[in-house]
Amino acid sequence: MDQLAQHLLNAVILGGTYALLGIGLTLIFGIMRVVNFTHGELYAFGAYCMYAFVMLLGVNFFLALPMAIVLGAALGATIEMLLLSRLRGADIDTTMLVMIGAWITMQNTEQLVWSGVALSIHNPFPANPLIIGALSVSWNRIYVVAVALLLIAATYYLVNRTRLGKAMRATFQDRQTAALMGVRIGRIHTATFALGSGLAAAAGALLGPVFFVAPTMGDLAAAKAFAIVILGGLGSITGATLGGFILAFVEELGAGYISSGYRDAMGFLLIILILLFKPTGLFARRERVG
Amino acid sequence: MNRFLPWLFVALLASVPLWLTDFYFLHILITTGIFIIAAMSLNLLLGYTGQLSLGHVAFFGIGAYTSALVSLGFHVDLFPGFTVTLAPQPAWFAMLCAIAVAGLTGYAIGKLAFRVRGAYFVIVSISFAEVVRLVAVNWVELTQGPMALNNIPALTLGAGAFEISFLRKPAFFILVLILGVASFIVVARLVNSRAGRAMIALRENESLAMSVGIDVTRYLVIATIISAAMAGMAGALYAHYIRIVDPDIFLFLYTVTMVIMVVTGGKGTLAGPIIGGIIFGFIPEFLRVMEIRPEVQWIIYGVLMILVVYFLPQGIVPAITHYLTSRKHRHEADVLPAASTPVPRP
Repeated sequence: MDQLAQHLLNAVILGGTYALLGIGLTLIFGIMRVVNFTHGELYAFGAYCMYAFVMLLGVNFFLALPMAIVLGAALGATIEMLLLSRLRGADIDTTMLVMIGAWITMQNTEQLVWSGVALSIHNPFPANPLIIGALSVSWNRIYVVAVALLLIAATYYLVNRTRLGKAMRATFQDRQTAALMGVRIGRIHTATFALGSGLAAAAGALLGPVFFVAPTMGDLAAAKAFAIVILGGLGSITGATLGGFILAFVEELGAGYISSGYRDAMGFLLIILILLFKPTGLFARRERVG
Repeated sequence: MNRFLPWLFVALLASVPLWLTDFYFLHILITTGIFIIAAMSLNLLLGYTGQLSLGHVAFFGIGAYTSALVSLGFHVDLFPGFTVTLAPQPAWFAMLCAIAVAGLTGYAIGKLAFRVRGAYFVIVSISFAEVVRLVAVNWVELTQGPMALNNIPALTLGAGAFEISFLRKPAFFILVLILGVASFIVVARLVNSRAGRAMIALRENESLAMSVGIDVTRYLVIATIISAAMAGMAGALYAHYIRIVDPDIFLFLYTVTMVIMVVTGGKGTLAGPIIGGIIFGFIPEFLRVMEIRPEVQWIIYGVLMILVVYFLPQGIVPAITHYLTSRKHRHEADVLPAASTPVPRP
């Protein structure tokens, strides 16, 4: 029973960052119709920013996080303006090929700059975990899930309560009508990509100090983000949030009770099951594109 | 003239082992040939049915592992009290098994993945390759995991005094050439058949194709089976040539290599994967001679991929045929400009 409780607690903590990753990806897909293969690299970029700030430049641990998020968003905006803005209206396969090219370029640049060695980031939290009854959880992870939930709430607020969010939702519902109503689609695209990238960088900056920082860390993150958005239905923020937690539960319980070697396969098996029984994803409201 | 040109090219290639003494160069030709077969199989899906399958390396790897395991033999406890044992089989039989198993996997994946299209299909295909990779890493009893399958026997045909061994590079090169030409003919016959026209129709407009009575999913599954079987054959060739297989064979970068070959050469053209395959088979070697690190090679691939999409969206082969036909008809300038119309496919 204690073991199960510990697994569930771990899953909640993991789920927060998974949701963060999924929301970034699903926003970009929903509004721009772009499958963002650079998502994992932006995650890795966030982690490397954290490493550079904290370990090399001696910036305060808590100040480094917003700096990493801002830089991630700026990189995202650059990618959008440089690569995607001229492909607006192109079919989805074309943008996918461009994003795959960008992904490979970014990942190998990271490898070139930082070499393949895994780096670790020192965190200022007490080394002893917090112990509640039979459960134990490290302070760093509590911080991670708290910030992740805060960022998810902020994203919800931005999309549902602000003028920019309204314009985003309008673009999502009907791009042409939104444009006719005076929404500047180009800017919405740049803003969306920057927002999604910032969230990915945030997830990387949060998890970097928990795990290690390595150039290939983005691949697994991207794969999981894809699994999450398929679970939730592409384009649905609520779906991505719940999908993040579902994936975390399945992984944690699967690794605990079935086989830890297949931990990372759980998400993909989940995708296959979803496709067999409910191909539209669990929470998608709109028809999927094809 | 045009009819004989391809055969002239094949004859030229067949003569290579006679005058080429540099075995390293022959080695590059062999690996390039294997990748061209894989790229041709991908082209069937990507170019002719228009489905961006990014899990293609899974079929290649499944072929490699099947052929390696059947020729080495294996002994696995599936579940307690139930063991599967296979004695080592001849390599040519192993290769046939590889083709069959890859084709069957293609059938299963086609049935499953073509419930969805577009972005969903792409993600499902990537996920599939990743699951297969994880199985190869974790099922150590069968695959040896990261320790790799070693000492895979070389291909042989016939028996006794009439045995032909493909251990040496010139013989293996000829084998790759023969299988490459065979694959080319299969693809060419297929895309010019009724099934091929159905595939092209569904690529151009799926709803319209459906409305005239084409069973879209059926043709997609057929294309996937043939494509997967062909990729499996390429994988088996690779296994018996390199003679070691490890889970890295499932790396996404190999799929990317195939995709970039097809896209650069010209997707949906018969010659595209060959041209693209030759270009991207040789680029790594040039870069190696220039002592450029592998990371830089991949950066160059990534940038090239972006540039091709921007400046040569149809690929090299259609661009050349377009240039040639437009030169032929230059005096017929009154005809509407062809810029926006799709390039005719040979």
